[in-house]
Amino acid sequence: MKVKDLALKDGFEVINEGDFDREITGAYCCDLLSWVMGRAPAGSAWLTVMGNMNAVAVAVLADISVIILAESAAVDQPAIAKAMQQGVNILKTSKPAFESALLIHECLS
Amino acid sequence: MSASVLQLHYDVPGDDFTRAGEASSAIKNKLKQMGIAPDVIRNVAIATYEGEINMVIHANGGTIDVTIDADAISLVLKDTGAGIPDVELAMREGYTTAKEEIRALGFGAGMGLPNMKKYTDEFELKSEVGQGTEVNMKVYLKK
Ligand SMILES: Nc1ncnc2c1ncn2[C@@H]1O[C@H](COP(=O)(O)OP(=O)(O)OP(=O)(O)O)[C@@H](O)[C@H]1O
Ligand SMILES: [Mg+2]
Repeated sequence: MKVKDLALKDGFEVINEGDFDREITGAYCCDLLSWVMGRAPAGSAWLTVMGNMNAVAVAVLADISVIILAESAAVDQPAIAKAMQQGVNILKTSKPAFESALLIHECLS
Repeated sequence: MSASVLQLHYDVPGDDFTRAGEASSAIKNKLKQMGIAPDVIRNVAIATYEGEINMVIHANGGTIDVTIDADAISLVLKDTGAGIPDVELAMREGYTTAKEEIRALGFGAGMGLPNMKKYTDEFELKSEVGQGTEVNMKVYLKK
């Protein structure tokens, strides 16, 4: 599944379109940055409530395919600006992280 | 020893969270341009980012030197911060001295140093209280 396929699904809102043709390889839920850095496989969709610039930096360096803000968590303006500059995909959903991860898992299997 | 093909130097400003990660991103882009293998680039990116963030949060900034030769990418991160009193303790997963306001940004899992060790082929940390910290890491290009 590509990021654009997920973006079209019910309940997902586009915050920033980077490379929407990227493949999603799995889903990873966590809000602690170096936990994500060390454990999320490359290509993961990352479900978090941490909508700041540091999250965007982690997504770039750990090859995250898309940041998904769960539970409609806020993303600040500097983070969006950095995501635009670095081409990082960001989506938002009102669903909890677990439900969204489950949906992604079902789409992948 | 093979001849070094490229050296890069970066200054990392202290306490500037808005710029934290810039040096690591720049290194990642350089390695991409050079056509280095994606898994090697990812390992280097993770190790430099964790080291860069540590210098910003815990040491008021520092420097990153990268040397790329035929065999490996060598990373040297140096700072003149407060140093680490107990290196063995600092290396443990979950150990952190990060303050509450920094933890609120998502840092402070105590996983940075373990990540640096995990994603590199060679890892050495030297630190002296009151003098600073130096981390030497290598990611091999040929396994
Ligand atoms: N360059 C440094 N200078 C001084 N102290 C450091 C430095 N790097 C690490 N430390 C100390 O070692 C501890 C553990 O570092 P580590 O990177 O593993 O975790 P952290 O930075 O606290 O949290 P995380 O990296 O998970 O966000 C730090 O909390 C800090 O006390
Ligand atoms: Mg750290």
